Parts: sequence; C-alpha cells; structure tokens
Amino acid sequence: MDQLYREAIIDHYKHPRHKGHLPDPDIHYHDTNPFCGDEVTIELKVEDGVVVDAAFDGRGCAISQASASMMMEEIIGMPVEELRQWTKEDILDMLGIEIGPVRLKCALLPLKALKAGLWGLEEWPE
Amino acid sequence: MTTQAPSPDFVQKLAEIRAQFPVLEREVHGKPLIYLDNAATTQKPLPVIQALDEYYRRYNANVHRGVHTLSEEATAAYENARLRIARFVNAPSPKQVIFTRNATESINLVAHTWGRANLGPGDEVLITEMEHHSNIVPWQILQEQLGFTLRHIPLTSQGTLDLSQLDGLVNQRTKLVSFVHVSNVLGTVNPVARLVEAARSVGAKVLIDAAQSVPHMPVDVQALGADFVVFSGHKMAGPTGIGVLYGRRELLEEMPPFLGGGDMIREVKLSGSRWNALPYKFEAGTPSIAQGIGLGAAVDYLNQVGVDWIWEHERTLVRYAYEQMSQVEGLRILGPGPEERGGLIAFTLEGVHPHDLAAILDMDGIAIRAGHHCAQPLHDRYGMVASARASFYLYNTLEEVDKLVAGLEKAVDVFAL
Repeated sequence: MDQLYREAIIDHYKHPRHKGHLPDPDIHYHDTNPFCGDEVTIELKVEDGVVVDAAFDGRGCAISQASASMMMEEIIGMPVEELRQWTKEDILDMLGIEIGPVRLKCALLPLKALKAGLWGLEEWPE
Repeated sequence: MTTQAPSPDFVQKLAEIRAQFPVLEREVHGKPLIYLDNAATTQKPLPVIQALDEYYRRYNANVHRGVHTLSEEATAAYENARLRIARFVNAPSPKQVIFTRNATESINLVAHTWGRANLGPGDEVLITEMEHHSNIVPWQILQEQLGFTLRHIPLTSQGTLDLSQLDGLVNQRTKLVSFVHVSNVLGTVNPVARLVEAARSVGAKVLIDAAQSVPHMPVDVQALGADFVVFSGHKMAGPTGIGVLYGRRELLEEMPPFLGGGDMIREVKLSGSRWNALPYKFEAGTPSIAQGIGLGAAVDYLNQVGVDWIWEHERTLVRYAYEQMSQVEGLRILGPGPEERGGLIAFTLEGVHPHDLAAILDMDGIAIRAGHHCAQPLHDRYGMVASARASFYLYNTLEEVDKLVAGLEKAVDVFAL
C-alpha cells in the first residue's frame, strides 16, 4: 500500500494541479472508465505544435485523478508530436508505482483522453 | 461493543465451519484472507469441491440420454440434486425447479417466455429503484420490443421502498411486479407480503429476486406466495454456472420454451416439434451437470449447518459491524439500521474513493467490493458514483469485523495527508 499510495499520489489527489478549464482550449476531450465511474476531461492550448497550457477536470479514485494532475505538470511545454508517442510506460514512470491490471485502467484514463484529443478523435456523445 | 463472550459450543462450531473452507487458510499479501465479498460470490466448502471432483473422476457422463452405467449414475446424481434443492426452498415439486446459469438467466428466461406471451402496449411491469441490473435490463430490452411500460417503486432517504404511492403504481394495467427480496447494496429486507398482496389485488404476477436471501435465511417459496423466485448457486456455497428458476406449475406449463435444442423436446420432425415436460422444456442442451450436483452438495451442507443458525450468525455480525463502522469518522452507511437488513453493509468513506479503499484493505488481506454493485440507478438516487461493501457469510467472525474497522481507520490515515 505504501507503494500504491505513496505521498505524491495522495498529494496530487487532494491538491490537484491545473484542475479546471481553459478559457479557449484548442483541444478538449472527455473520457470515462465505466468500471470505476472515473471521469476525466482534458483541455489543451497548443501554439506552434507545443502545448502551452493544459487543464483537467474530473472525478474518481486517487489513482486516476493523481495521474491526470501529474500529467498536466508534465505536458506543459512539450511538443504535441512527442506526446502523441507517449505510452503506458511514460505514465507508470510518472506515477512511480506498480499497478495491477484492474487499476491500470484508472491510471491510464488521462493518457487515453490526452491521446484521443491529440490525435483528433471525435468525442463519444454522452 | 458489549458483546457477550461467545459460548464454547459456538466457538467450536465456527471453527468447524471454517475448517470446511480450504480457501480461508490462504494468505493475501502476507495476511490471513478475510473474505467479505460474499454478496458477489461465496467461498466453497469441501463437500462441494469433493462433489465436483468425484463427478469428474468417477461418473462423468451426459444426463438423460445414455443407457450405460455412468450416464445413469450422472442422471441420478443430477436429478437428486434438483430434488434436494426443491426441498431446500420448499418447492412443491422438483419439476418446478428449472436449472439455469444463474439468477440473471432465470429472470431473462421469464422475460423471454412469460413476458413475450403476456406483455404488450398498455401493460405495465413494476420494479423498484433498488434492483440489481439483472432485474432492470431484461425488462428494458423487452420493453423496446413489446411496447409495455416499465415503472418503479421509488426509495425513501432511509433506503427502504417508498410504498406511499403503491396504490397508484399497482393498477389494472400492472401485469408483473418484480422485485428484490434483499437488496445487494442497501441490505434492505423488502416487505414481500405487502407487495405480493398488492400485486394479487390486481391480478398481476410476482417475481422475486432471492439471490441475496436464499443463501442467508430460510426461504419458503410457497410461503412467499410469488409466481417466480430466482437465485444463484454460487452465492450459496455452490459452484458458478448453476442457478434456479422456481415457478408456479400452471404458469410454467403455459409458458413457451426458452432456448431450443436437445433435451427440451419430446418429438422433433422437420415440420415442427413438441416440447418436453417440466422442467426439461426450459433446459435445452447439455446442462451444467457437475454444477447442479455441486449445488445439491451445497444445500446439504447449508442444511447441516442450519440456515437458521446462518441467519442468526449474520445478524450478530451485521449488528456488530454496523455499530463499529458507525464510529469511523466520515463513514456513511447506506440503507436502514441493522435490524432491517441482511448481512451486508455498503458505505462510503469521506475523502477516500471506494476503489482506493478496496485496494488499501486488500493490502491487509481484506476482500471487499467497490463500485456500483450492478445497481447504478440506486447509486444515482443517492447522488453517488460508487460505494464500498462488506458482505458476510457463515464463516465470518467478529474478529474479522474488528480487522475491517482497523483497516478503515488506516485508510483514513493514509488519506489524511
């Protein structure tokens, strides 16, 4: 448990960074995890192929929400092309914890939303 | 809590029960397993495991077909199991015990056969807001095809059925009242007699989802007065893949078959077929033979322990757990007080998502459920996405409740940063 719920995870969960909405986002993507009821919305401002601002909104377990919060800090300033290549491993490195197959869906929900947004997927109508 | 010291007889009996469940010997993350997810599925005692093993080792054969010895032995074991299961719930005849995969399939069977033959535009089916998805979705699917109206009895803020509008909800258009006996989330034991009486007064049929009652309390299907009663084997110490539909004889006789195939026919000609007698009319194809025999062994075992004893033991556990859990800061219990509920408690803990809570408890070897427990409308009603749930069975102990509560306190600490 010390592994799964290390302090940084709890801290990001209780004090999320960049939580909210951007005034005029270039990219907006909302996704859910029906198993947990986790929800994440990602908004990005992109200039010259670089993410210049990012915000997320959502609700759910500590793993999904901390993953989104940490991801916002990571991606600001990064080129879109690089982020499009992000994988599961990048998220697990960022979280710094080991996660079993069931909770992996929680950890990867923000990545799923980010990549769907970056690749221009249309949002699934609610 | 001022629990009286348990009697030596009780301590002895509980130890004997626990010794019959091999899985209780294992450790999870280095801690003894504390299994509190019994509403999802229960553990299996040795007599059930041995019954499956013996069938496969000694007399594995198809039933109702062969003339050879193994097939006769398998048929006898399978049909004897049906007989004991019928007695277990006091069905008038084993012909009225239809084997299905589980309670979900039993409800779907009623929907597809009785429902298709009896429901149409202008008719109403009445369920409740606390139903498991298995007693909502089959009716929604059928509703789209047949055009009847699906209505529900709402919930009170205390987690019981709000019967104040019952007279209007049950009316001349009502053809079926289908409800859960004991809620798998709230634990609420519903007032069966009142609901059956209301349904009868307008000539509506009654289906009772007894998945959370038959395993835990004495259930007499004739005394319930329902037309259909459904339950699952795996929630009552039996194997997965076997469930029961009990039905009133004349209804079962009238109903068209469910699935078509072997075993459910009397005569097949290319121009048409005639159906087999009860219960086989509803059991197409090779059934879950080992699982049926295993469920027979499960009811023998539950009878041996005593279903009254199991119910009383769960009462003790749930009263104690309710009191202890109420003292955890930020913990909110869903549903009514301990005297109006079965042996389970669903709850939320402020600031800790149920999935995180379940993960933290798992590190201490404690298995609980987290999520919407296949009852999303119920969670919507109380403005929640998910909850955590501890559910008890005959092998659980007061010490395990203490460890659960200690685990909850620990979760509060982890998230108190």
